[in-house]
Amino acid sequence: MMNNTPNKPGSFQDYLCIQSADGMDYQLEIAGMGARTYAFVIDWHIRLLLAISWLAICGLAFFNWEEIRNVFKPGHPGDTGLVLILPTLLIYFLYHPVLEILMAGRTPGKRMTGVRLVDLQGHTPGIGALLLRNVFRLIDSLPGFYFLGLVAVALTGKHQRIGDLAAGLVLVYDNVDKTHSLQQISTLTLHSRLSGDDQTLLLDLLKRWDELASERRILFATQFLSRIGRDIPEASGRHTQEQALKRALKSLLSKS
Amino acid sequence: MQQLNNQSQALSHWLNARKSQWEHLENTLKPTTSRRDREIGDARQLLSGYRALLSDLSLSRRVNGKAMITRYLENLFLKAHEEIYRPSNHPLARLIDLYHWEIPQLMRELKTAIFSAFALFALGIAAGWWLIGSYPDLIGLLASPKMIDHVQKGELWTDGLLNVAPSSVLSLSIAANNITVTLFAFGLGAFYGVGTLYIIGFNGFMLGGIFAFTAAYQLDGRLFAFIIGHGVVELSVIIIAGAMGLQLGEALIRPGTRNRLQAFQETSISAGKVLLAVTPFLLFAGLIEGFVSPDQAFNLPQRAVIGCCSGTIFWLILLFGVPGKSRQQ
Repeated sequence: MMNNTPNKPGSFQDYLCIQSADGMDYQLEIAGMGARTYAFVIDWHIRLLLAISWLAICGLAFFNWEEIRNVFKPGHPGDTGLVLILPTLLIYFLYHPVLEILMAGRTPGKRMTGVRLVDLQGHTPGIGALLLRNVFRLIDSLPGFYFLGLVAVALTGKHQRIGDLAAGLVLVYDNVDKTHSLQQISTLTLHSRLSGDDQTLLLDLLKRWDELASERRILFATQFLSRIGRDIPEASGRHTQEQALKRALKSLLSKS
Repeated sequence: MQQLNNQSQALSHWLNARKSQWEHLENTLKPTTSRRDREIGDARQLLSGYRALLSDLSLSRRVNGKAMITRYLENLFLKAHEEIYRPSNHPLARLIDLYHWEIPQLMRELKTAIFSAFALFALGIAAGWWLIGSYPDLIGLLASPKMIDHVQKGELWTDGLLNVAPSSVLSLSIAANNITVTLFAFGLGAFYGVGTLYIIGFNGFMLGGIFAFTAAYQLDGRLFAFIIGHGVVELSVIIIAGAMGLQLGEALIRPGTRNRLQAFQETSISAGKVLLAVTPFLLFAGLIEGFVSPDQAFNLPQRAVIGCCSGTIFWLILLFGVPGKSRQQ
């Protein structure tokens, strides 16, 4: 297997390029600092919430207020501390290693961001690599706020922090699109002359149609139709225009 | 126009013919299918499906370019490729291998680094002993005012430890602290070994300095009695972690025929295995430090026996491995 990260001409994206033993080459888009930070912030909130929830629920259920207050006094940890503080710290510090192992290189934050960890062959990393990555978290977080890790991400070609470099892991976009069925994809392939990117855009726009605000629907649909050189349907009212635009978009999916 | 129609018909025919096989392959690769229960026939089907997918993907890339169908096939290919080429997953067998033959082999490779880390630690002890012995006022650099106050009153700060916290809490907090020191001693090796030199040297310096200070009040014997039970394993682990950190620094300074990144990765992976193997011993040392070391019921010979036995078992396992049958045999 070989791998490198050439930049596609005219794009700012980096790719992990891999050639399989069968001679098939494939690319995975590397996640940059933004996606990494976004995933981390989500995970940080989740683990903090979980840790505080344990502290609050278990504390209020089994101990009185005085005992809980004593836990935080120096030199008075006692058994209350063992029951309250230890699981809290375990939740907080073992969140990343445990979830990355259980969720095959993902955490809830990474899943929401649409990224996952892979090794240099593009495979799900092993337990050892994930543990090693998390050991180096201590170094990446120095001197505070993951400064060293962020510097490493900014300076390395594959946007890896020191832990990723040590374990040979890369954070890539998880482009497995589960929402588009093979049926939809084959219909598009057969009946559409759109490029791959436009096909993805069209399906995403139609999928999110109901979630979008009315003016956004009109804006995005108009922009998309202009982009592919199609006529924009005219209509009097906003609702009628929305309907007409949706019909125009759907017509791109069906046999013309 | 006729050519376009023919092309479209061919594409339609190809898609309809292959679709069911892709769906079948996708279902086979779903995580809900138990990997353990797979029969040899399933594996054969997976392999033949994979081979067919390779040719479909090549064709799709040529005909459809980057269309969604190509992306779909690429994703399917990635999943199938991973399923076929991923290494077997037997955590228990791998753990047995680790303790049986991998660790002794890695320890032999670490020999020079371990001696260096030990020498540095010993040098730190000697320097600390000399400095605090010669200038006792400097103890304020190493110990807190509370600790100094205890010693000046003729008692050790560890004397009332069990009154402050129960052994279980003490063990866990000590083990957590030791694991953190160990991880730092190793991880700081990423700064060309300088961080590790500091951690190991400073820990030795502190130990020597504290001993010199307690010796001035005739408390060194009691401090030794406190340390001997857990110290053999605990200090051994810290020295081994330091050796791994030095190895990491060495890999970055002198990568040899490899590039720096490769050298860093290879050394980190080897060191990570040793780290995984020694961490349980830190929990064990934490238990001794929580339950035995502060308990006055244990006298010096008993503590020495516990320390020597735990240390001997630790080094025997690391140098010669756990007896047993591994996959290598």
